[in-house]
Amino acid sequence: MKKLTSEEVVHIAKLAKLKLSDEEIKKFQKQLSCIIVFVDELKKINTNNVVPTAQVTGLNNVFRDDVVIPSLSQEQALSNAQETYKGFFKVKSILE
Amino acid sequence: MNLFNLTIKEACQSLKENKISCTELLKSCLNRITKTEKILNAFITVDQENSIGLAQEYDSLIAKTKGEIFNEKPLLGIPVAIKDLFCTNNLRTTAGSNVINEYIPSYDATVVRKLKEAGVVIVGKTNEDAWGHGSSGENSDHGITKNPYDVSRVPGGSSSGSGAAMAAGACLLATGTDTGSSVRLPAAYCNLIGIKPTYGRVSRYGIISMASSFDTIGHLTRTVYDNAKVLEITAGKDPFDATSSCANVPKYSLDIDKSIKGLTIGVPREYFVEGMDKNVETKVYDAIAVLEKLGAKVKKISLPSTSYAMACYYILVPSEVSSNLARFDGIRFGREREMFGDEAKRRIMLGTYTLSAGYYDAYYLKAAKVRSLVLKDFEEAFKIVDVIIVPSSPSLPFQIGEKSKDPVQMYLSDIFLCPINIAGIPSLNVPCGFVKGLPVGMQIVGRQFGEEYLYRVGYAYEQETQFYKQLPAM
Repeated sequence: MKKLTSEEVVHIAKLAKLKLSDEEIKKFQKQLSCIIVFVDELKKINTNNVVPTAQVTGLNNVFRDDVVIPSLSQEQALSNAQETYKGFFKVKSILE
Repeated sequence: MNLFNLTIKEACQSLKENKISCTELLKSCLNRITKTEKILNAFITVDQENSIGLAQEYDSLIAKTKGEIFNEKPLLGIPVAIKDLFCTNNLRTTAGSNVINEYIPSYDATVVRKLKEAGVVIVGKTNEDAWGHGSSGENSDHGITKNPYDVSRVPGGSSSGSGAAMAAGACLLATGTDTGSSVRLPAAYCNLIGIKPTYGRVSRYGIISMASSFDTIGHLTRTVYDNAKVLEITAGKDPFDATSSCANVPKYSLDIDKSIKGLTIGVPREYFVEGMDKNVETKVYDAIAVLEKLGAKVKKISLPSTSYAMACYYILVPSEVSSNLARFDGIRFGREREMFGDEAKRRIMLGTYTLSAGYYDAYYLKAAKVRSLVLKDFEEAFKIVDVIIVPSSPSLPFQIGEKSKDPVQMYLSDIFLCPINIAGIPSLNVPCGFVKGLPVGMQIVGRQFGEEYLYRVGYAYEQETQFYKQLPAM
């Protein structure tokens, strides 16, 4: 039976950019382990020579003409921004 | 007869004949919201002011054009509730989550645009499991929605508010999304018709994505006819959604009353299993007997990969969820990722895990192969049957809190619903009776782009039974 360790939970959370409290780590370790045990069922099935499916209706390579069409104005595009500066999104600095 | 209980067909007729006005119809629904909302919590936003303004505008337009306007706008004056996952221009859209609690879109989802062009009046935005993650409505950051047939029970999710709002008479049409169950389960638990169309039948543009290769855009109505009529409007190719289909959109409502004599109904043994509520099973068998009496042939079939469908679903969907929700980084708009609720965090982490280096082949790729097996099961079945009938849920609407502590138990309430999304085929929930005063639903499932068969079979059954006339006591 495959179980996640608390280190693995912390690692996954970091990859997903989620900060977890100690309590959450404990809770999710238990819950995610249960789910993983559940989905591990698939290992029983023989899928040799089976092609994977990602697109169910069989569409591929959908093209469109490369033409300019009306779009959001700058004002509209920024309307949900927390902070703006001269028509830009103002965000926290990421470099020291 | 209260106006809020009218079907869309009846309301259109009364509006055309000048027996009622758009404003009267709307106010009947808004009064219903005032009366029930404190108990049900079906809405996140109610747009009283704008809706009344628009209804009045439409009333003048009807007078001015002497009714001609109905030719242009087939849903003129129909009060509609929109799931809060659909972007609505200048009307707050939260996805049921605190992460984007204050988001006001600058554009309409394609479906919203089409409905507006058809003349609907939007009464508000409905509550839901945040981001569409859930089967009960209990994962909303805006509080739990109650089932109008029994307020101690869930209305089904994730389109929980849309189900409750329709059943309560807050609107005549409600929209929903269906990634694994989210239109059909609320329809089943709230005595409604709910369509999960073929993948790509209806544009996903402007609807906050959950799992992009599974998401379908549907709606809930009281009757099969109403449902067919609305799909005629929402379906079709959209240049803004590359996965939307060019397949011709039939006039679903036109041949809806054609006889079902000679159609073959498949009944798969894997969907009538140990552990499900026997009363629910009996209701579905009774419904199949009704269809047999109407001239359909019944054939026992097998869909052997069914038992693996849930595990397949809970690898592929969280994988896509983790990718789609990565864009909510709190940098340009919205709040910090810490604001995600437990279920979103679980799915993000599960998907991150199944896609991560070293696990991709064992989980994601394996599940994508199993997806092909599930798809093939249905393809084989539809070589010998026209539609398949299965229960929508293994149980009656469950108690609030009954499953919320155990994610796997909650996931299993969708056991008869998720396989349909894996295969991308259409399915219609149709009410098939009551047990202890609680609604029971069945699914009529068809081949890809075969929605007209679902409506024909559903319509024939509804003419015989008319369960939609049994309204909640509240």
